[in-house]
Amino acid sequence: MTMKRQTHSKHVGQRLLEKFQAYLLNHAHGLFSSLGRLSRAPVTSSMTILVLAVAIALAGCFYIVVVNIQQLTGNLQASNQMSLFLIDSVNEAAGQKLAEQLARHDHVENIKFIGKTQAMDEFKANSGFGEALNALESNPLPNVIQVLPKNVLDDRVALDALMAEFRQMPQVEFVQVDMQWVERLQAIMRIANRGVTLVGVLLGFAVTFITGNTIRLELHNRQDEVFISKLVGATHAFIQRPFLYTGFWLGFIAGFSAWLIITIMLLIVETPVEQLSGLYNSSFQLLYLSFSEFVLLLMLASGLAVLGSWAVLHYQLRQIKPQ
Amino acid sequence: MLRFEHVCKRYPDAGDALIDVSFRLARGEMAFLTGRSGAGKSTLLKLIAMMEQCTRGNVMLDGKDITRIGEGRIPYLRRNLGLIFQDYKLLNDRTVFDNVALPLIVSGYSHQDIARRVRAALDKVSLLGKEKKHPLSLSGGEQQRVGIARAIVNKPKMILADEPTGNLDPDLSAEVMHMFEQFMQVGVTVLIATHDIELINRLGHRVLTLEHGRLLAG
Repeated sequence: MTMKRQTHSKHVGQRLLEKFQAYLLNHAHGLFSSLGRLSRAPVTSSMTILVLAVAIALAGCFYIVVVNIQQLTGNLQASNQMSLFLIDSVNEAAGQKLAEQLARHDHVENIKFIGKTQAMDEFKANSGFGEALNALESNPLPNVIQVLPKNVLDDRVALDALMAEFRQMPQVEFVQVDMQWVERLQAIMRIANRGVTLVGVLLGFAVTFITGNTIRLELHNRQDEVFISKLVGATHAFIQRPFLYTGFWLGFIAGFSAWLIITIMLLIVETPVEQLSGLYNSSFQLLYLSFSEFVLLLMLASGLAVLGSWAVLHYQLRQIKPQ
Repeated sequence: MLRFEHVCKRYPDAGDALIDVSFRLARGEMAFLTGRSGAGKSTLLKLIAMMEQCTRGNVMLDGKDITRIGEGRIPYLRRNLGLIFQDYKLLNDRTVFDNVALPLIVSGYSHQDIARRVRAALDKVSLLGKEKKHPLSLSGGEQQRVGIARAIVNKPKMILADEPTGNLDPDLSAEVMHMFEQFMQVGVTVLIATHDIELINRLGHRVLTLEHGRLLAG
């Protein structure tokens, strides 16, 4: 009796295992047969994939451009430099002393003192007004202390407080922070960021609908197969599986192609960009999509494509009924 | 095995297709369903195959009420049925083997089981050796036998055939009918819609006759 039950349970376990293996096999079959089906209609498939790839690449290019510009403004943010212009009655030695004093301030990272003589020499050398400046009786340039605040002062309020503190010092005539244009640039970048999101969402919709429509046509072409499968007892899950895999492949291959397109475009602009940055003495390095961004791109592209396919299948499969 | 109780089917635009139809089929019984075109034969078969739902009455299949059944359960109940069509309904881009294997793949049978059962089914319809052919390279009679093999490969409790001999010559028709009788003998319920009166009379099984949606005899 017990032995019989044992063999029975073993049998049930084996059957379950076989069912599971058959299920996996069915998935594997769906995965590869859908790829085979795509390759058997190369023109149609590649046109769809190309349309998808261009849509994805468009969003991706916009994104990578913004990322690269952000890289620039990121560097700017780190240099919220202030210039303290000292009053005339403070001579260079006193200015130097003040600078040393300020260097010990809690919120100050670095100090650079530019004495009026030094400033005059640089100005003569660089401005081209050398001769004219020689005609001046006295040096009209002020002594300047350049202050680099600590990085902790990223927020505007703390920075303003530090500015106010410097402004109250008797030796300081006025304080100048070249923040305004940085702020404007950052505001523009916020808009650009939002723009990337919007364009991304829009093109994401495009990918979803294009794939959905492709799957709808495919479903229409294979109506007989769907109908017959239904009649021999196929569940919707079974019937839609190969179509979902087709959607997956469309998205996946399109995502990969989009990555190729983006990379090739970056390669094309890399040299001129580096020449430009060289002109500005900048060490700007063009950023490409990172590996995790590449993986995300693939996942998004195939995910959206599967979503579009699934939505279409969900509604259309119920409608395919025998005539 | 099959029970119709006061079944009515009305189509919104075509009117009444079936009116107050009641009958029973026992397990292992074989019956013909006959009547003119438009008498409701196809509608009756569609109700059993769960392709349509009746407007009134009840349909019981193998002790289960399939009258108003949830969409999700239909596939599992259909696996108890073997359907055979006048136009065969084969997938012409797949081999004979793949066509016959479809009900098994759908039900999640293992690879070895599928191969064994498909061969057994093809053997029953004498098509062993043509597994690798495509349906369109076969004759009409052979294609119909592929359809029959597909219908029996899952060992269904009931076989429904809609004009199975409609496209076949008398010899082939007799051959197909002989197969159905064999299935009946192993306990399968068989319902065949046909208007081949001569064939019906010769075989002498039970006959259900429909006229304008009503069941006349049976």
